[in-house]
Amino acid sequence: MISERYFNIAILALLIIVPTWAYFADEPFTITLMTRAAIFALAAVGLNLALGTGGLVSFGHAAFFGMGGYVMGILAHHAQTFTPVAEVPFLIEGTKSMPVIWLVSILLSAVLAWVIGFLSLRTSGVYFIMITLAFAQMMFFFSISWSEYGGEDGLSIYVRNSFPGLNTLDPIQFYILCLAILLIVLGAMARVVKSPFGLALNAARQSPQRVDAVGLNVKRLRLVAFIISGAITGLAGALFADLNRFVSPTMFSWQLSGEIMVFIIIGGVGRLFGPVVGALIFVALEHFLGGLSDFWHIYLGLLLLMIVLFGKGGIIGMICGREKSHG
Amino acid sequence: MVEPVLLTEGISKSFGSVIACENVSLDLRPGEIHAVIGPNGAGKSTLISQICGTLKPDNGRIFLHGTDVSSQSVRERSLAGLARTFQISALAMEDTVLQNAVLGALGATGNPWKFLSEALPDPNYRENAELALKRVGLLDFKNHRTAELSHGQRRQLEVAIALTLNPSAFIMDEPMAGLGAEGSKRLTGILDEVRTEAPILLVEHDMDAVFALADRISVLVYGKIIATGTVDEIRNNPAVQEAYLGESK
Amino acid sequence: MSLVLIAEQILNGLQFGIMLFLMAAGLTLIFGVMGLINLAHGSLYMVGAFAAAAVAGATGSFLLALVAALAAAALAGAIVEMVVIRRLYDRDHLDQVLATFALILIFSEGTRWVFGSFPLFLDIPAYLAGPVTLPGGIQYPLYRIALIVCGLLIALGLALMITKTRIGIQIRAGENDREMIAALGVDISKLYTIIFALGAALAGLAGALVGAIQSVEVGMGEPVLILAFVVIVIGGIGSIKGALVGSILVGLTDTLGGVFLPQFFQLFMEVSTATNVGSSLASMAIYILMGAVLIWRPTGLFGNSQ
Repeated sequence: MISERYFNIAILALLIIVPTWAYFADEPFTITLMTRAAIFALAAVGLNLALGTGGLVSFGHAAFFGMGGYVMGILAHHAQTFTPVAEVPFLIEGTKSMPVIWLVSILLSAVLAWVIGFLSLRTSGVYFIMITLAFAQMMFFFSISWSEYGGEDGLSIYVRNSFPGLNTLDPIQFYILCLAILLIVLGAMARVVKSPFGLALNAARQSPQRVDAVGLNVKRLRLVAFIISGAITGLAGALFADLNRFVSPTMFSWQLSGEIMVFIIIGGVGRLFGPVVGALIFVALEHFLGGLSDFWHIYLGLLLLMIVLFGKGGIIGMICGREKSHG
Repeated sequence: MVEPVLLTEGISKSFGSVIACENVSLDLRPGEIHAVIGPNGAGKSTLISQICGTLKPDNGRIFLHGTDVSSQSVRERSLAGLARTFQISALAMEDTVLQNAVLGALGATGNPWKFLSEALPDPNYRENAELALKRVGLLDFKNHRTAELSHGQRRQLEVAIALTLNPSAFIMDEPMAGLGAEGSKRLTGILDEVRTEAPILLVEHDMDAVFALADRISVLVYGKIIATGTVDEIRNNPAVQEAYLGESK
Repeated sequence: MSLVLIAEQILNGLQFGIMLFLMAAGLTLIFGVMGLINLAHGSLYMVGAFAAAAVAGATGSFLLALVAALAAAALAGAIVEMVVIRRLYDRDHLDQVLATFALILIFSEGTRWVFGSFPLFLDIPAYLAGPVTLPGGIQYPLYRIALIVCGLLIALGLALMITKTRIGIQIRAGENDREMIAALGVDISKLYTIIFALGAALAGLAGALVGAIQSVEVGMGEPVLILAFVVIVIGGIGSIKGALVGSILVGLTDTLGGVFLPQFFQLFMEVSTATNVGSSLASMAIYILMGAVLIWRPTGLFGNSQ
């Protein structure tokens, strides 16, 4: 058994060494793959707060991922067509600036998470799963029917958005940006989990009646966790759309909600680096198995089934031993 | 007469045709331990659930410090000064003993909205939590996972969490169960000490403990209180004798 | 807007709702009795549709196709239950969701592997093709009428089965107390397999019946599955009656909303904006309905409150 700390350091090293090698070996596609993995990891780090720590099995996080994506798409679309987003009640212009796009993505995803969370948290258990899934599907159909922003075809952005001082079109620079955000959020999560809020949220998953009995508001704890969780996944969505310079309703799809969950399970539920490991493995499988067989999802399905049925704790659980589980 | 800390006024609860609690009136006075005893199925759990707010009585009212709390939630009653222990331990089993106690201390501050500071080393919670653990004799186990504790130790942790809340009334649901002679004696000592801080409504099967501790005893049979009085009064009460001896036939 | 149009749309909504019911009934039964959330229910719908399309293509008989759909979905359901699902009954919902999500991946890609990526088509048999004239002079496709009748008969059959038959009694007992029926000597694991296969067969039948008016393709099951979830949330988990009421509510809301909301907005907006706003809102209508029910009754219209 390897200590989880060393394992995490090894993963961190991987996130730095592979792209560095790819940069010098002139393999930009590898850098793009790593960027994809880092963004997926960020989305799953968001979900992990709700799912791993909070025990809220959200099958609808694509709603936030897509929200972030569409914020980027819509703002950039208006900037590149030189049209305002809205003129009433006041003038809102489009923008190509990443920091602004990120901020708006975070805010709007948080608001969406607030509404969805408020409704979904009136119930629990299996209702919660079905309701979150349904609300994400609502966003999916809404984006399809909203023809002003491309409907089913989605929106394309000609040039990647800009970040002060960086050339975001250079794969390695965009990767560094995404990695930096991932690491900052991971660092923050490491603290949140140990904070008074994290302690209470974690206890509310294990024994809600206890948290209630010490006078803390379980529902509000969960709602706040859900909002933070949605906001982070929304930020990941904005980055993902920027990576592809494209956003479409598939970012809202139920498959995507499922995949974000799968990253966490493959890596290990409630583990800090679980989502990162899961996303790396997913992207690697997608690339290598996808190259070998058109039907690689069968193998993904089998792997997932094996992990759920026989390998509790995910990859980190298998390598580092049992420390935490969602049981 | 001193104003009671806690008062139930004719509370009743039935489930379908089963009457689990019928017109129960009892009070908890400052500084006392008021024990509620009764055979299995007498409605003790139903009574506690109504007092703590997990069940809503069909009739009657509940007062805490003279305020009607009948329609308040569990959380509101907790904030108003009611602390309970659970008969079936309701603890965060994956967490350590200290984390559970810190949760109580956190509840006592009423503010869990701190996101970036670490909870465990924070003296605001830590001192309170460690003091409570020390009082119940669990300080040496503070870094153990709660799931590793024996049943008796979990009861002690339940009591410790209640202590961190600095409540004005304790509701304890069979804290002695599974403790063994040694632990039971220890906890008896703790409760004896605690009563000066806040009175205790004690539901308990361990009659030695009840007779050693209780200032007053209420006997609950089939959802009704058939007698309330001091230890001696209850011992010599014919109705009580019949209820118990009749049961054991 | 004529009355005929309204009547026609109500029938469409009813037909859609009845098909949703076939999905939701199985889901809610499986959840009610076994406490299992089954995402792969949509895959069984797809299996039924593909089996029907394949058999209809080979034999030309629609009835044989329906039989094949029932048999294939029930068989697939029974196998899946015995190999995977029964390991999940004691697991938490997260494990159930993930394992059945894995099953979706396996079913979908497996089907794509066998049948290819192109949609198949299942033809409406000649004796059910064409419109009929209903009272009031409404012209309506006979096949859709057949779907409504068939679905209502199945709902009636299910109700009778649950209230009158031995297995129905076992199902109701199982919802209340698992240990009790085991103590009474009922073979629980066999009962669970039967219930799962029954739910699967209903889903497969729905897939085949709908397959004749839409195309049969990989991924056809999941949108229906999610709508069936909405139905269950509205109706209340575990309640067959709730599933029926919820299905019809969702079917009507979705169909009528899609047609009438754009027209409604035309009353005070210009045509293109009204179509845009109306259809966007219509796409959200059933979820807004779900949200409203949740605020009003968090456990659904016919769910147990606590």
